[in-house]
Amino acid sequence: MVTAVQDVQRAWRIAEQVPDPELPMLTLADLGVLRGVEMTADGTVVARLTPTYSGCPAMAEMRADVAARLRGAGYARVEIRTVLDPPWTSDWITPQGRRKLTEHGIAPPGAAPRRAAGPVPLVLMPARRTVACPRCGAADTEETSRFAATSCKALYRCRACREPFEYVKEI
Amino acid sequence: MSDDHVYLSLAEGHEDDTRWAYGTGFEDPLHGVDTTVPEGVDTGRLAAQCVALADDALVSAQRLAEWTTRAPELEEEVALANIGLDLLGQARLLYARAGRTDGTGRDEDAYAYFRDPAEFRNVRLAELPNGDFAFSLVRLLVLSSWRLAHFGELSSHPDPVLAAVAAKGVKELTYHRQYAAEWVVRLGDGTPESHRRTRRAVEQVAPYFGELFTAYDARDEVAAVLRQVTEAAGLPMPVYRPLPGSGRAGEHTEHLAPLLAELQGVARAHPGATW
Repeated sequence: MVTAVQDVQRAWRIAEQVPDPELPMLTLADLGVLRGVEMTADGTVVARLTPTYSGCPAMAEMRADVAARLRGAGYARVEIRTVLDPPWTSDWITPQGRRKLTEHGIAPPGAAPRRAAGPVPLVLMPARRTVACPRCGAADTEETSRFAATSCKALYRCRACREPFEYVKEI
Repeated sequence: MSDDHVYLSLAEGHEDDTRWAYGTGFEDPLHGVDTTVPEGVDTGRLAAQCVALADDALVSAQRLAEWTTRAPELEEEVALANIGLDLLGQARLLYARAGRTDGTGRDEDAYAYFRDPAEFRNVRLAELPNGDFAFSLVRLLVLSSWRLAHFGELSSHPDPVLAAVAAKGVKELTYHRQYAAEWVVRLGDGTPESHRRTRRAVEQVAPYFGELFTAYDARDEVAAVLRQVTEAAGLPMPVYRPLPGSGRAGEHTEHLAPLLAELQGVARAHPGATW
């Protein structure tokens, strides 16, 4: 007999394996967008997802993928809830997620900025972060654009191996 | 779907009818969020506030998208489109919030596609034509500075949905303002031609400040940012000479109607269309 605890753990394992539509080397759990999986008293599986960016066009796809996988695993009642608070931060990308990004040639983010209360200061020409090249490991890299093919990434290039690469921005 | 190839998966049929970025009738962006309005929050005021902020974002996103295929470099095109996408996301959340607050139950499409220009509450600064790159970037600097200040304050709004949308937006707007500020410095401090054009842009945006500050008076914070940027750029501070009228009251320039006609045309000609 399967206990409720085992059942919710199984549901979590199914949901956490769903790949991100835009960074398919990461699961939604690696990316930190799967915030929780619970089971209600009537046996409904509730999975909570949070968007990375307000305009992330993959949210509907993620919701549908998680629901489809859970239904496919035999859960008849599935509900996906959007969680907006607290907002997603790149700090939620797991160590495993960071490793997978590097393996796929994408530099993982550094620590997200910590902000004090009050106005957000504008720093003109801030000191650039050192981003190691995910291919050759060299630290001699430069930002070519703070915006890239998806909201969450910036474009860099390595001066050592000359390869361009993407970098997940800290936010 | 093909998990390992995002573009192939876009072209595949979806049993569940999910789509990415086109058409009408998308799933509610507040799907599964508790949208109960807390006791003591004025629902009319909350809805109006959400619509005005959503309209600023939607109209700005449309103008930013117009730069696609026209920006000086591919990287800038991608940056402007990304900024527009963030704003579009903010607009969707805010429209959804308004529809569950004002008693009409309208969805995001009803606000975006089926209101006429006089029903829009965006500031006129957002709807002015893009002009040159200098004008677009100076405008983006002003709008993102004001919105960032306002969203910072709204992060502690008594409505938890608006507060959460704002807290998320703060992170995005910080990137937008940074991008705009660095470009304004680069253009102002660049060639005589880029300096001249950027200086002109600063003069052109100044008359439109008033509308921003009636909704949320962030003039000190915005002025501090503009002072910092104009000093670094070798540009004069804008001199504020208010224009009569206000986009917040539905009084728009002649430029909003053609923008909306383009935005709304397909949705109105083919109600319920997906593409």
